[in-house]
Amino acid sequence: MNAPAYNFAYLDEQTKRMIRRAILKAIAIPGYQVPFASREMPMPYGWGTGGVQVTAAILGPRDVLKVIDQGSDDTTNAISIRKFFAKTAGVATTTSTDEATVIQTRHRIPEASLHQSQVLVYQVPIPEPLRFLEPRETETRRMHALAEYGLMHVKLYEDIARFGHIATAYAYPVKVNARYVMDPSPTPKFDNPKMDNCPALQLFGAGREKRIYAIPPYTQVVSLDFEDHPFEPYRFNAPCALCGAENSYLDEIVTDDKGSRMFVCSDTDYCEGRQAAGHHGALSAAPYKDKARGEANG
Amino acid sequence: MADQDLLETDQPLLIADRLSKSYGRIVACRDVSFALYPGEVLAIVGESGSGKSTLLQMLSGQLAASGGGVSYRMRDGVTRDLAALGEAERRLLFRTDWGFVHQDPAQGLRMAVSAGANVGERLMAVGWNHYGRIRESASDWLTRVEIDVARIDDAPRTYSGGMRQRLQIARNLVTGPRLVFMDEPTGGLDVSVQARLLDLLRNLVAELHLAVVIVTHDLAVARLLSHRVMVMKGGCVIETGLTDQVLDDPREPYTQLLVSSILPP
Repeated sequence: MNAPAYNFAYLDEQTKRMIRRAILKAIAIPGYQVPFASREMPMPYGWGTGGVQVTAAILGPRDVLKVIDQGSDDTTNAISIRKFFAKTAGVATTTSTDEATVIQTRHRIPEASLHQSQVLVYQVPIPEPLRFLEPRETETRRMHALAEYGLMHVKLYEDIARFGHIATAYAYPVKVNARYVMDPSPTPKFDNPKMDNCPALQLFGAGREKRIYAIPPYTQVVSLDFEDHPFEPYRFNAPCALCGAENSYLDEIVTDDKGSRMFVCSDTDYCEGRQAAGHHGALSAAPYKDKARGEANG
Repeated sequence: MADQDLLETDQPLLIADRLSKSYGRIVACRDVSFALYPGEVLAIVGESGSGKSTLLQMLSGQLAASGGGVSYRMRDGVTRDLAALGEAERRLLFRTDWGFVHQDPAQGLRMAVSAGANVGERLMAVGWNHYGRIRESASDWLTRVEIDVARIDDAPRTYSGGMRQRLQIARNLVTGPRLVFMDEPTGGLDVSVQARLLDLLRNLVAELHLAVVIVTHDLAVARLLSHRVMVMKGGCVIETGLTDQVLDDPREPYTQLLVSSILPP
């Protein structure tokens, strides 16, 4: 332990108990938003205060923590949160999806399939999927209670009327365990099928909105759609420029001011893993090219 | 079949039994009783503050009565007390078998979503899950309320007042309700638009065999649409009867005043 100035994982034990109770309730009612007494955290709202509190409440000394932001292990948000828990809890951290026991994520689900001993913690900005259609919180709660979800289809209808297809690309509404409609946090809809029947426990924390919800392992998660406009995951139609993956979610990276761009895996761990295993894309790093050139010359 | 029809129209759809509402010592509505039959249009007229809107809210289950009750004959033929219905049942009833046309269309419509979605919302709420069919039904209804189908994807905030009101009517009628409540549906519209709306309403009501409770302070609306009239004053019903009887031969001094207040054309 190198963190004598803090209680283990920053939060005091009573707060952690309170959050754990909310988590247990959330697991018992899949997809239902459980209110909890969200605390001020030493980071701004919108940076994952909800996810951090959930992680703090479930973290044990022997856990191995991975934090990703938009799939990447090396962005400011991910590094800060990883350091935060390394300092306040002294837990081991990793960038490997497979080795981690707790994965806190913002806006992505890792490409590698998760297993039973893992917990995926999502950072959620707006937990209420009906918010932009029905601004009254009292009314949306009633709609959840009575399972009145016609309004959610109004949003999808609007998409088709305006764009000819369901244009919602992220935060795509899902129905959990055939009961509650849930906002999967702003993950791309590409990730929605991964939530269905997932072996890992999925927890969602919204700090500013003071809500926790959960998908227990092996729970049915269905993306909403119309019979004649079925749900379709979306990805850029290109292989990853670094690892050549054809089935991973891609980020578009603008490389100069003349319109050049490259598509690379948003999940950095997955991409690096593939490159280490010998896969390569059109713009792979130098060693592979040097090697190829060397072979050609030699 | 004929017997069935007879039975259908022979029993009241909505029964108000000594409905009262008071706020402390202020009585908003006192001992109102009536029965509404299928296909019948009842107008509730009176000046502002006479308790018309309070009564309408109690009838439509949006406001709990201080005394008395409302019962409604459900689609399965069983007459049930509205107060005894669960919230889920009441809301389902409101979305399917009932309609409510507000005076201000902004209250009854979603102003930010397209006209098609506004009409389709009730269908989606009862489980329609086929975009093509929902859209077909929405266009059909827009045509019936004389809105150009080309405007189906426009939001009602780009519509004129008269169009909004017609859209609100389409939105309410799409699930084939048997009873529609209307709260001053022509208020705030200019005279020519009012006339067109009334004409449309009259046709729809006859065609769909709708029962309607319409609250209005405009006696011309009552004369044109309704079969029966209830005159309210100070929370009480002071006169009730067939529309032409009440309006052409008013008995109560207040009704006489109301009728004589209309400017001659």
